[in-house]
Amino acid sequence: MAEARTLEREARQGPGIGSVEVLAALLVLLVIFRGELAGVVPGARWQTWTTVFVSVLVQAVPFLVFGVLLSAVIAVFVPRSFWARALPRHPALAVPAASVAGVVLPGCECGSVPIAGSLIRRGVTPAAALAFLLAAPAVNPIVLTATAVAFPGDPEMVVARGLASLVVAIVMGWLWLRLGKAEWIKLPHRPDVDGASRGRAFWSACRHDVVHAGGFLVLGAAAAATINVLVPEAWLQTLAAEPVLSVLALAVLAVLLSICSEADAFVAASLSQFSLTSRLVFLVVGPMVDLKLISMQAGVFGRGFTARFAPATFVVAVLAGSVAGMVLL
Amino acid sequence: MNRQAQAVVLLLFGGAILKASFTDLYLRYVKEGLRPFLIAAGVALVATAIATLWYERRPDHDHSHHEPRVGWLLILPVLGLLLVAPPALGSFTAGQSGTLPVSGSDYAALPAGDPAPIGLLDYASRALFDEGRSLTGRRVQLTGFVTAGPGGAPMLARIVVGCCAADGRPIKVGLTGGPLIDVPAGTWIQVTGTHSAKRGEDPVNQADIAYLEVAQWQPVTPPKQQYE
Repeated sequence: MAEARTLEREARQGPGIGSVEVLAALLVLLVIFRGELAGVVPGARWQTWTTVFVSVLVQAVPFLVFGVLLSAVIAVFVPRSFWARALPRHPALAVPAASVAGVVLPGCECGSVPIAGSLIRRGVTPAAALAFLLAAPAVNPIVLTATAVAFPGDPEMVVARGLASLVVAIVMGWLWLRLGKAEWIKLPHRPDVDGASRGRAFWSACRHDVVHAGGFLVLGAAAAATINVLVPEAWLQTLAAEPVLSVLALAVLAVLLSICSEADAFVAASLSQFSLTSRLVFLVVGPMVDLKLISMQAGVFGRGFTARFAPATFVVAVLAGSVAGMVLL
Repeated sequence: MNRQAQAVVLLLFGGAILKASFTDLYLRYVKEGLRPFLIAAGVALVATAIATLWYERRPDHDHSHHEPRVGWLLILPVLGLLLVAPPALGSFTAGQSGTLPVSGSDYAALPAGDPAPIGLLDYASRALFDEGRSLTGRRVQLTGFVTAGPGGAPMLARIVVGCCAADGRPIKVGLTGGPLIDVPAGTWIQVTGTHSAKRGEDPVNQADIAYLEVAQWQPVTPPKQQYE
């Protein structure tokens, strides 16, 4: 390991071509071939792909940056001892407390990934941090208000969404306590901030998290845009009549479309051929499992973690949404 | 990807977001209300880039060995915003998705003026749910782009956006009577006409489509805010 580090340092300090040079060359080429590039998106399908790709990113950027700033504050300015005092000592009680704390964080799922990563770094039990990760995007006031606006005739939709999402977050937290293994979570190496000045530590955490989570957000946005232009809506309509199939179809659609939790209620409202229960499942699954989240979670918590966590969350969310739909709607 | 390169990418990304929010470019992708948050996010990104460059002037000796390579991907949205700047969603989306199902509510009187300017969504819900009662005896003016309807007949459409263009859905209004509309799909036109009792069905999602009895139409430049 030490040898590898020495080699790497030598490689970096040697007279090679660094990333700044690559970037500069790339930018010069782009400026020269700007005219040609602007015309490379000819067909309507590709143009739509680019529009959806850019929109998903533009929509997510404020939430990503807000989440990253908050997580840098947690990492640098909130002492470790705070979390020990703020959350119940017993992990099984910390899980519901963290889920309910998600209510106060207005934002969508892109912001909660770096925050949950930061909480784990600061010694919060992973079960509670994961419960927060799942609950925060779904049960906050902005998202619930948007749901109420999108379903003016069905106020019980808001209650069902909030309750089902809280249940999923708590169940997943408890499942993690029973079955989860700490070594599944591999947080990326972030420059150690303990020794450095607070200013340097804060900006270093911001830079690292934006570049890291942002890169994975780009991957997820590209996947979502691809689904958006490739899957014609007519396919979905044939499934709407079957009660079980329609629930599964909308659950899968929520994963594939990766719509921000603040907007998904409007999309669900427009899928009016589907039953209310299947649309509730769409709203419960979407903020917890979708392509851009899977990509970001794999980046922040590691692939081994995401390969287990995302499918389990999907199953629990579909079950909780269906039961809530049958009982409440 | 070393820290200077990350700083340059962040600077470009923040700059692209700021440029899009200070021009009308952002309106093609998100709602107007997001603008202050976009500006704040752009400023924070630029500040992060500047702080990184500032601290890298005198680097500490704790250079991390796992600087994220995935960060290179952030160049893509920069290219998308600064070079390609893709247009707002239009007739491709309108052809692929079914029209928005409209819901009934209380209908206030039409806005003043003859013809009365009115949105497509408003017109469709008045025509379908109120049986056109609030439209009786009035001429209305609709603005939208042309899209091919069932059987190839041109229809008027507009994309309705809840949050960002990824959730955009079309609202379509059928056109009947009047002079032949012979412009290609995607052209923005302004149509003046009266309520028609005719109804159609969108082949994509079997939702009802309202019709307008066309008196006249003319091509117009696309509005600043293309979504409804």
